[in-house]
Amino acid sequence: MNLESVKQTFLLESEELLTGMEEYLLQLEKDPENEEGVNAIFRAVHTIKGSSGMFGYDNIVHFTHTLETMMDRLRQKEAVVTPDLIATLLKCHDHIETLIEFDTTAQEGQEVPEEYSQRGQELLAELSIFFQGSQQSVTAKKEEPKNTAQNKTVEPVQRPTNGIQSPYWHISLRFAPSVLADGLDPFSFIHYLKNIGDIKNLYPVHDSLPDADLFNPEIFYLGFEIDLDAQTDDEQTVRSVFEFLEEDATIHIFPPHSAITLYEKVIQKLPESRERLTGILMEMGTLAPSDLEQVSSPAVAAIAENSESEEPEAEIRQSTREHPEEKKEVPAKISGKEEQSKKFIRIEAAKLDLLINLVGELVITGANISQIAKRENNSAMLEAASSMERLIEELRDNVMNIRMVQIGETFRKFERTVRDTSRDLKKEVELLVKGGETELDKNLIDNINDPLMHLIRNSLDHGLENPEDREAAGKPRKGTILLNAFHDTGSIVIEVRDDGKGLDKEKILAKAVERGLATQAQFYSDSDIYHFIFEPGFSTAEKVTNISGRGVGMDVVRRNIEALRGTVDVDSTKGKGTIISIRLPLTLAIIDGFIVTVGDAKYVIPLDMVTEAVEVKDIEKNSERGGNFISLRGELLPYLRLNTFFREKNMGREQENVIVVTYGQQKAGLVVDDLLGESQTVIKPLGKIFDQLHGISGATIMGNGDVALILDIPRLIEHAINQQYG
Amino acid sequence: MDSEMDQQEESQYLTFKINQDYFAINILVVKEIIEYGKITRVPMTPNFIKGVYNLRGHVVPVISLASRFALPIQEITKLTCIVIVELEVEKEKHSIGVIVDEVDEVLNIPPEQIEPPPTFGAKIRPEYIRGMGKVNKRFIILLNVPKVLDIIELSNFKKHLTLGNEGDKAEK
Repeated sequence: MNLESVKQTFLLESEELLTGMEEYLLQLEKDPENEEGVNAIFRAVHTIKGSSGMFGYDNIVHFTHTLETMMDRLRQKEAVVTPDLIATLLKCHDHIETLIEFDTTAQEGQEVPEEYSQRGQELLAELSIFFQGSQQSVTAKKEEPKNTAQNKTVEPVQRPTNGIQSPYWHISLRFAPSVLADGLDPFSFIHYLKNIGDIKNLYPVHDSLPDADLFNPEIFYLGFEIDLDAQTDDEQTVRSVFEFLEEDATIHIFPPHSAITLYEKVIQKLPESRERLTGILMEMGTLAPSDLEQVSSPAVAAIAENSESEEPEAEIRQSTREHPEEKKEVPAKISGKEEQSKKFIRIEAAKLDLLINLVGELVITGANISQIAKRENNSAMLEAASSMERLIEELRDNVMNIRMVQIGETFRKFERTVRDTSRDLKKEVELLVKGGETELDKNLIDNINDPLMHLIRNSLDHGLENPEDREAAGKPRKGTILLNAFHDTGSIVIEVRDDGKGLDKEKILAKAVERGLATQAQFYSDSDIYHFIFEPGFSTAEKVTNISGRGVGMDVVRRNIEALRGTVDVDSTKGKGTIISIRLPLTLAIIDGFIVTVGDAKYVIPLDMVTEAVEVKDIEKNSERGGNFISLRGELLPYLRLNTFFREKNMGREQENVIVVTYGQQKAGLVVDDLLGESQTVIKPLGKIFDQLHGISGATIMGNGDVALILDIPRLIEHAINQQYG
Repeated sequence: MDSEMDQQEESQYLTFKINQDYFAINILVVKEIIEYGKITRVPMTPNFIKGVYNLRGHVVPVISLASRFALPIQEITKLTCIVIVELEVEKEKHSIGVIVDEVDEVLNIPPEQIEPPPTFGAKIRPEYIRGMGKVNKRFIILLNVPKVLDIIELSNFKKHLTLGNEGDKAEK
């Protein structure tokens, strides 16, 4: 099995669990009575502990183990859920995240940095404070009367008459043959015992080992008898080591000086003969001859017989009763998982990409067949080709749909940001989410995270006012940030709205003039002014905080969004709030294209950027004031001659085609030779060699197999506008 | 056994002709050899970038080794081929096609038959040469592929052909 891929699964799973944990913590903060939340958090910690154990990430196991115990105690209502407790638990959550990241990326043999374990201890200490008040009563309550009570008190007094002499814990393990197949490593559990004490004796019971030719390496044959010098006297601590084994092993745990009758009872249950087992235990020194004498004496035998139905039985049953909740949980969890697996299949992204590529090929081939059918003018074939094209289109839409992911999860992730940041800033903020079910391409989701984070932080820091200021302005103390997503004619719009103080037009304009971005004389529309905030290094904040104000950020936001072929827009009302809307294409892989020729080469223009196509006579003569402008219905339009720009030969036509393209607020005309019409375009990357090529954004493959280049419209518009100044 | 095979593969070279000279590249980087086909020119790129080619749905850049080495460029004939080379740059695999006038054969050139590149007198820049393979009393230039096809360096053409300059020059 490939360890790397298993590790990936572990990473994914823990990531999911941690996200869930965070979500529940935040819920719990709002609704401290939510028991399901506490349970879910406990389960998350528990599972992370388990899987970390399998990878031997001892530091995680260590931390989560204690954390789990605390969560369990929280479950028993030993502590009250307070905002402070949640804050500490969130920090623990982050710590687990850090540890996982470290462990999964660490080199073999790399030491865990001291600061990590120190941080862990600090957190646990911080956490334990919340439980201190009730500690006393709890331990008492938790102790199931018998054996734990025994060890608590001074030995000679409480030690039962028939207790054995060995001062060590004794653990008897018999693994299920399928334990390896279930993905567990029995030795890691034994190894882990060392964390709670010293293993004094370990006796492998290999009685069920078959002859060599019958040996099946996938079956586990061994059992163990272990003497443990534990630093604890809480049976729960010892038992919890084997928590994950409950289904896969028979476990008997004997506290020090357990009654010999207890041993007797267990010995009878184990598959090995009584002689063999007592032999082993004697050899290990667990049982002394004097201990055995007790049991062989008729009196003790009688006690054993009598109490069989009470004491030892009770002790064994107790071991199962110890985790009643978990027992109940297991089926619930499994059925939950089953239900989930019916609804979802986890697929490697690469497989999906391959599928989409293939569908892309199919689109191209389909176009080719249609072309041939048209050329041959064969009506039966034309019909078949058109129905195939329809099917391909449907297939394409469905396949593209697989990549679609709801944005809600991304939105919810910001709850933590809002919570933490607003606390830091001493502001009261509520995050509202709308349109969480809106779907967009997975790639887009991954890339939209950072820009959104920037925008939200900005709103928190600059947009929303302090509670006092808000009250003074007649607004509710609590500010709101609304994340809103919706579809709008082939694109998806994501809005970040706040009801804060809004942008200060005068201040922005003044700053823009100061920085030489604007002139006092010129008139700027509101939108023009707001757009200055996207200029690199632009900030009107008087003081720089650690959250924002350095003026990096907004230009990065714009660049990131533009890299996704999207746009950002701002609208704001002073005193009422700000709306920043991000407009993105629905998908990154297939677009509708408009094909034109320049010289003898074909180029594709994304159709959604084409406003119109016009024929213009004698462009040069018509150019206004000698600049590169044409007049389109009285409007001045900068233009770019692609022949000259691309150094293609000039056709020298009288009547020329101008494609009017728009991007954001900007418009330009591109002078091309011929218009070939619309076509489905599968976007292919051009490769790293062309990274620095401006004016071309990618390539596509035409129906006849030729490669055509896709024009980078935003760049070309920019160039068309700038060239007249240059 | 594996290492033996590896070694054998490591000393195998694909030889080809560019402008009457024989060159060789290690067979391990060669993905496939295809017939010369329609290449779409990409505007505003240096001469040695011939354009892009549709390799079964993948758009692959194609480079003319002759113009990269500043050797005379031969006409396209039936023998002209595109050798698809796969390189790993920054942990990503990149395919590049190189145009050669004629593919010759796969030769086994053990390390002991390889001499260091000459310090002068070679037709191409010494840094492009990994060594001189001596086969049948004939010298074959073993190319230093990571240098010849250094993607980062190749992509640096923007330095000379920035969009602004290009456009402005054209406009004036």
